[in-house]
Amino acid sequence: MASRRGNAKTREQSDKYSVLLPTYNERENLPLIVWLLVKYFGESGFNYEIIVIDDGSPDGTLQIAEQLQKIYGADKILLRPRAQKLGLGTAYIHGIKHASGNFVIIMDADLSHHPKFIPQFIEKQKEGGFDLVSGTRYRGDGGVYGWDLRRKLISRGANFISQVLLRPGASDLTGSFRLYKKEVLEKLVEQCVSKGYVFQMEMIVRARQLGYTVGEVPISFVDRVYGESKLGGNEIVSFLKGLLTLFATT
Amino acid sequence: MTKLLEWLLGCSLIGMAWGLVTFDLLDLQLPAQYRELAWPMPVYLLVAFGCYSLATVGYRVATFNDCEDAAKELQAQIKEAKAELKKKGLKM
Repeated sequence: MASRRGNAKTREQSDKYSVLLPTYNERENLPLIVWLLVKYFGESGFNYEIIVIDDGSPDGTLQIAEQLQKIYGADKILLRPRAQKLGLGTAYIHGIKHASGNFVIIMDADLSHHPKFIPQFIEKQKEGGFDLVSGTRYRGDGGVYGWDLRRKLISRGANFISQVLLRPGASDLTGSFRLYKKEVLEKLVEQCVSKGYVFQMEMIVRARQLGYTVGEVPISFVDRVYGESKLGGNEIVSFLKGLLTLFATT
Repeated sequence: MTKLLEWLLGCSLIGMAWGLVTFDLLDLQLPAQYRELAWPMPVYLLVAFGCYSLATVGYRVATFNDCEDAAKELQAQIKEAKAELKKKGLKM
């Protein structure tokens, strides 16, 4: 019995998963997301590290991260802060440089992405040998919590238009809960120039263009527990601009 | 080929076929019924596509899963996490 459990705990040691957590003013959420990550990685026995990339949060996110590092160990929690708020793309480049895993998981640190899905991502990747596995809110048991009708309509409408125009072969283009082979992510961030929602969409569209394979896992998206979620007219306009840019260039 | 070019190519192929029949460009002496059927076709196609789009988006909005259980599970785990982190000495 003991030996069998031992095997489960040490399986697949050759694979290591680096979780990139870009943060800005997430002092409430960071300890919780780290706790959940430690819990689910611990239970599934995969080898992992968490890389916190804090962009100079004025609310003391970094001090909280330092405390977490003391609790969970410097081999599990890596702090790679930056002095000021820079783009998401550069946060990934920065994180990858310090990642020692051969797989990289990107997710939001605001608890909208639940770490319980990560073991499913990993199983899915192994099952099909996929270059990237994307969480999807639009398929199977996937879904959202905390969205009103307007938000759902915009989300479904935007997704439909993107599917018609780009035919990307993935159902959730703007989701940002994904697992990548490290070299695939490196290659993609190098090529992607968009900002905001469009960045995630460009990543998956370019992945298809470069011939990478994509697997999907249904996820439940629980909208921000702490802090404000934003979707205004500005976001919609920049989304449409980005969509048309991708339409004309990919 | 970019998606834009694919669309332009597809649209011009359909447009050419439509023009051939509607205006009998190749002088094939097609029966008049063909022409009558063909000339409003672009409008029919647009209307059909519009209906399909509205129906699809409407259906997907109506069947968008509300993950009540996931939200409850998360709330419970947040409580558990806070208690355990406090015990481990985390100062919020």
